[in-house]
Order: sequence, then structure tokens, then C-alpha cells
Amino acid sequence: MPVIIDYDVGNLDSVQRGFQRMGVETVVSGDPAVIAEANALILPGVGAFKKAMESLQASGLIPHLMRHVEAGKPLLGICLGMQLLYEDSTEFGHTAGLGLLKGSVKPLESGLKVPHMGWNALRLIQPDHPLLSYVNAGEYVYFVHSFYADSPTEDVLAYTDYGVAIPAVVGRKNVYGTQFHPEKSADVGLRLLKGFGVIHDDYLSSH
Amino acid sequence: MLARRIIPCLDVRDGRVVKGRQFAGIKDVDDPARLGRKYSDEGADELVFYDITASAEARQISMAFVEAVAAELHIPFMVGGGINTLADAANILKRGADKISVNSGAVRNPNLIREAAEKFGAQCVVLSMDVRKEGAHYRVYVDGGRTPTELDAINWARQAVTLGAGEIVLNAMDQDGMTEGFDIALLQAVGAAVNVPIIASGGAGTLEHFYEAASRGQADGLLAASVFHFGTFSIAEVKDYLHARGVVVRR
Repeated sequence: MPVIIDYDVGNLDSVQRGFQRMGVETVVSGDPAVIAEANALILPGVGAFKKAMESLQASGLIPHLMRHVEAGKPLLGICLGMQLLYEDSTEFGHTAGLGLLKGSVKPLESGLKVPHMGWNALRLIQPDHPLLSYVNAGEYVYFVHSFYADSPTEDVLAYTDYGVAIPAVVGRKNVYGTQFHPEKSADVGLRLLKGFGVIHDDYLSSH
Repeated sequence: MLARRIIPCLDVRDGRVVKGRQFAGIKDVDDPARLGRKYSDEGADELVFYDITASAEARQISMAFVEAVAAELHIPFMVGGGINTLADAANILKRGADKISVNSGAVRNPNLIREAAEKFGAQCVVLSMDVRKEGAHYRVYVDGGRTPTELDAINWARQAVTLGAGEIVLNAMDQDGMTEGFDIALLQAVGAAVNVPIIASGGAGTLEHFYEAASRGQADGLLAASVFHFGTFSIAEVKDYLHARGVVVRR
């Protein structure tokens, strides 16, 4: 069963309920033993990069997270949880991230209003990717963020446009992320969570 | 492109939605989660709930509606009304709301905005303000519009954003419930002063009003209550109309 990582960064119920609505049962846990056994992990997150990274470090879960990815098991980062997957962030000075994806988290400085808040359209770059199996080009999802992950193009599955091209869905091997909140993006977001559920099922059936 | 948000507003008293706050003898009530689900299904981009429960004690009980709404919906929602302390804000966010909106509490203690933004992030701290045009200025009112303050709306908006407010709900009191159109000049003035999203509130009566607030008023969100509650038109009709006139909306 996929585990939603609880490391003291707010309300995780809506993420769990989002999966539930698509028939994917999950567990919310911060217990290292549970995380170590998980076949799929979801890393949520809201707020500031540095504080979230500190919480994650304090939780003692990072080594488990790394082993999980090395073992080829799927990991999905959501919003700030996606940003944490990158090498570093310039939010409030320089903070190192998990380094599971190449690139840096940078401030949105396109001259448009910050935070980038509201519903924006997805421009699919890899429409055939399993994570996007149930998502269509041009569909709207809900964003709330002031920083974005400057990603190598080959890792970007979908962009959204807000002055700059913002990586909205990313994926490299078994590491995935969404900059938007699927659990707050109505049926489109729930369908993305369903896609991750299928990735989890595929992992199980091949191992 | 970022879509303009259409946002139904629901007033909640003692855990029930009441429709039409300025009318005496409110009869029409509904369940917050049920009505929230209906609007979400019709295409609402976000929901705003204002708790207008009279006493702080009763509000504690009333607030159970937040959990019910969070359990039912998969779109963002904001909760306001009676938020005077960091603990009030934390209580609402913990129950599953995405944003809190501060109003009178922030006027009395502007640091509430700063503390809430530092603790929860600017993206979930919304300043709501009730304003009335007096001469050449817009004056901020508190206590549900009953008490005038010395604050000028433009200056207050600027100060609140500096303190950390991530969004502003701008309610023009003269327009509220009058269905004569949003206050475009007010939207333009505040929009020119700050660089955070602005939600227009007060005055929606026709489809043209929504268009005017989005185009000339440059509002990021368009909030309305009575036209949706009383079925003047549906959210889909608003969006179809805006789309036909070239405004980007999620449909």
C-alpha cells in the first residue's frame, strides 16, 4: 500500500482522500518501519523549503527515502514535496535538497503576481507517460507556489505557462513530482493520482 | 494562462449556510458540505466560507463544518470570520481549510498577518476588507461593516501585503447585495498598489458585471453569493459568458 509521508507539514487528509476517491488505499505515516516497507511513497509539503527540509531531516526518514528510490520503488512529490526532490533551493539563502532530481528551485520572477495562485493549463510534453495516462492536454490544475523547479527538459512531463515555462509534472525513472496540488485540482488532479496508483500496481506486479 | 477564478461565497451561522445576510428573517438554510459539493460540481474554482456565528463559544461548535467541507471537496476553500489569533487560524487550517481570511482581527492587530504568514505561509493568509467610498477615499470598516476605522483601503492593502498577506478579498460595502456591479475603480486602485491576487466581492448582478471586473478591474477572482444562491445564473453560465468574451476560465 502506498504510504503518504507524515513529517509534520500540515494536513495530509486531503491527499489520502484524493487517492481513496480513485480507489487507491494509502497509509499516512511518519514511522520509519512503515516507510521502509512501503512499495510506493508520496512526499507532500506546504510552506517554506528550508523549514520542510529541516522537518524531514529531523524525522530521520531521509535514509529510508533514499533506499526506497535506489530500490526502484516509485516516489511522488507534491508541490513543496516535489521541490524537495531537487538539488537545492535559493529560498531564504541556499538550502540543499534531496538531490533525487537534477536542477535548482528558484523564485518566480516573471513580473506576474506572486504567488502563482489558481488554476492553470497543462501543456503535455510526454503525454504517453504512465503518470499522465488519465490527464488530457490543456486541462486545468490548481497551483499555489512562489518558487519553481528549474528542471532539465528531459525530466519534464508537462509544463504550465506563467511568464516562464514552469515544470508542472516531472519524472525521471521512478521519481515523480507535481508542482500543483492534485488533491485540490478536482477530477483532473484525482486522475493524476490514479495514474500514480497504476504505477504502483505495475511495480508490484513486476516485483 | 492562469484562469480567472469564479468563487461562490457562503455565509455560515451555527454550522449552517444562510443566504442573504442583509435581509431580516433569514429562512433559507443549507448544509455547507452539500452546497459546497454542488458548487464544486458546477465548476466553482474555489469556495469562501464566512462564519457569522455570533459568539466565539458557538463558533467553536460551528467550525465542525470545516472538516465536513474538507472531506467532501477536492477544490481549495477559504474560511473567514472571527479569526483574531494565531490559534484561531491554526484551528481552521488543521480542520482542512486551504486558506484563512482575516479582517477585523488583523485591523486590531496587524501582526496577526505577519505571524500567520510566517507560520503557515503567505499563500494561505488572505486579507479581507470591507470598504466604503467616502469622498475621494475608500475607508476600511470592521465588525462586519458596522464600525468605521481610520484606515485608507489602499494603504491598508499595501501594509497587509508587506506584512505577508498573499491575497486580498476586496468587498465594496456599498455594492454588497445590491447587484449593481463590482466597484471597478476600487479594484484598479488596489490592483495598482499591490502585487498579490485580488478577489472582487460585492455587487455581482449580471454576467456583464463579472466581465467588467475581470477585464477593466483586472480582478484575479470574482466572488459572488446571491446570484448563485438564488439561481440568477449558474457558475457554468458565468464561465461560458466570460470565455465567449475572451476571458480565460477553467471549463
